[in-house]
Amino acid sequence: MFITRKAEFSASHFCRAASLNDKENRELFGEEAHPSGHGHNFVVEVSVEGEPDPITGMIIDLKELKDILEREVVTPMDHRFLNYEVEPFNKVIPTTANIALEIWRRLEKQFQSARFHLARVRLFETPDLYVDVVKPANV
Amino acid sequence: MISLTRRYHFPASHRLHAAQLSEAENERIYGKCNNPFGHGHDYVLEITVCGEVNPATGLLLPIGQLDSFVKEKILNLFAYRNINVDVPEFANLVPTTENVAHVIGNLVQHNWRDFFGDSAIRAARVHLQETERNGFEIFLPVPEIEKSSAQRNESVMVHA
Repeated sequence: MFITRKAEFSASHFCRAASLNDKENRELFGEEAHPSGHGHNFVVEVSVEGEPDPITGMIIDLKELKDILEREVVTPMDHRFLNYEVEPFNKVIPTTANIALEIWRRLEKQFQSARFHLARVRLFETPDLYVDVVKPANV
Repeated sequence: MISLTRRYHFPASHRLHAAQLSEAENERIYGKCNNPFGHGHDYVLEITVCGEVNPATGLLLPIGQLDSFVKEKILNLFAYRNINVDVPEFANLVPTTENVAHVIGNLVQHNWRDFFGDSAIRAARVHLQETERNGFEIFLPVPEIEKSSAQRNESVMVHA
């Protein structure tokens, strides 16, 4: 059984590879490459998989889930410029895929219990674009 | 595993009518959707791709490339068209959303390699929303060339 909790954060970023010139960055990342940066209202849906506790009927206390998302994701990223203010995006390009992977990394260790584990991170950059991380690649 | 899903929108009209069935049967089975003049929807199409993130770019694939592919191979065919009349695949096929999703899945699958070359990124899923209440989902089979011992895996799920 999965329980999914949603959280939002607004942040700015740009996507440029240091090894590429302006034209190449523009071709690869489109408008996302503009060096001044721009912002999105990111929406993250975090799914935890487990079985309800026989006594409480809960997989995980929703308040605890909410607090973890707030502490690990929303507080560090909300109203920040990801490239300049949030590690590792000083070194790693904050594409939707890399932000989703970073959220996975931050959350995975928070949900290690005999009864439940992190099952999916879904990150919407816009309503028409999202990335799912189901099992970590290179983590 | 990491996947990326992009959502596209296209308006189109259709009429559900099976030539093999009588007028009365068509009316009974398809109801309002059998209206001889047809009717339209704002379809919402989701394409999911999966693979590995390119460590140099942080991308599974450039979104602009995916957009060009979907525009060229799908949207140009369906957007602002009458599916029964304008899309050759439906000359003898009832354009239920199941069938439209299936045709889109096949178009994606068949044109993928020509467009993206030997990229390790593959199209994994097509989800077509006819209205906010009806969605149809197809998981695309792993192409022959990438298949090891895996069985052909194709399924259609209908969400009411």
